Amino acid sequence: MADQTDLFEALCRLGDTTLVLGHRVGEWCGHGPALEEDIALANVSLDLIGQTQLWLSYAAEVEGKGRTADDLAMLRDAWDFRNLLLVERPNEDFGHTMMRQFLFDHFYKLQLAQLQDSSDHKIAAISAKALKEVSYHADRSASVVVSLGDGTEESHHRMQSALDALWPYVGEMFSVDDLDERMVAQGIIPNVADLRAAYDRDISAILSRATLSIPESSFAHTGGKIGFRHSEHLGHLLAQMQWLQRAYPGAQW
Amino acid sequence: MQRQVAKPAPQPVPGPLPSLAAEAPIVPGSVEKAQNMDWLGQVTATEIPVVSITDLGIVRDVNWVDEVLEVKVTPTYSGCPATRVIEVMIVDALKARGVASVQVTPQISPAWTTDWITQDAKAALEKYGIAPPRAAGGPNSCPHCGSGNVEMVSNFGSTPCKAQWRCRSCLEPFDYFKCI
Repeated sequence: MADQTDLFEALCRLGDTTLVLGHRVGEWCGHGPALEEDIALANVSLDLIGQTQLWLSYAAEVEGKGRTADDLAMLRDAWDFRNLLLVERPNEDFGHTMMRQFLFDHFYKLQLAQLQDSSDHKIAAISAKALKEVSYHADRSASVVVSLGDGTEESHHRMQSALDALWPYVGEMFSVDDLDERMVAQGIIPNVADLRAAYDRDISAILSRATLSIPESSFAHTGGKIGFRHSEHLGHLLAQMQWLQRAYPGAQW
Repeated sequence: MQRQVAKPAPQPVPGPLPSLAAEAPIVPGSVEKAQNMDWLGQVTATEIPVVSITDLGIVRDVNWVDEVLEVKVTPTYSGCPATRVIEVMIVDALKARGVASVQVTPQISPAWTTDWITQDAKAALEKYGIAPPRAAGGPNSCPHCGSGNVEMVSNFGSTPCKAQWRCRSCLEPFDYFKCI
């Protein structure tokens, strides 16, 4: 059986990532460039927040200190968050948001496909559920990236700029630390480093159709998932997400 | 094909519960599973009032655990806001039948699939104006006029379980209940 502290940490890495991205995508609600896109963004956000509920509820249960998923989401500060740096990047324009989504979706889909065979039955169950939803997200972000990349001169330029700006945050998704290795050894999570080849194959094919070029540099910012160093953007995001619980502790609908 | 105006939404088929006034309290354990399932079959899905929660296949089991009637429910989508409302409706419906203590337990595995929607419910969806899920990944005809000349607008729609399509014959938009 897994060390409970390790398991809690691993679940926070999953749940914080979906929470932060879910919030980011939710910032588009009511501001999408077209009604259909607005609805799609809100739906993706809803799926991610729903998955967060599952990941963080399980994390809270594993922790066994009487905290709930809401406590973990609303009452921790930036240094306790374990999300990937990619998902805390600001939305910028619609194309930038969709490039971020595309880079994440195709990673998360591969990760969930492996996690559904986890030796931890709850992780396996959550992953099998989430994978069905994320497959739709990945299809959509790929088609938008192709449409805008291979679109007008302006849209192409913006998508290439987004890819250039976000590429340094791709490497962290495939980074493996000691905790990961302990969890991999017990068959609880896959070794994400092993997913890189499939990821590169998947996204290269789509980016090529989008007439976009993958930057040559393999430099990667790290520190988000291990909680060592987040960007300044996470604090601003949490301030907006958590202010109600901070200002009115214990407030409920 | 002659353009048709979309029909007004038909009345919910199972209809609302006659009254929420509780019947005489029942003895825990005295009611059979089939009866309990029948009662739950009168609870309609919040956003799609023509199908019941048992038709959708989200009620997985119902069993007495000592004094408590436990209902196992599988959510359609993990973030579906209807899940909480449906929980409340289940408790209300059973309490109205005299069940004193109800526990709704989420069960996420096996993950819900549109394959669990009954054939009758699929027909009811179509009649209501929502194209039912098909393994091929899209509707084969417009639920308003029946034309096969349809196209997808977006894979995301008014609720997590639906996609937006439109008919190129009658020009009406319609919801498609997407496969998962």
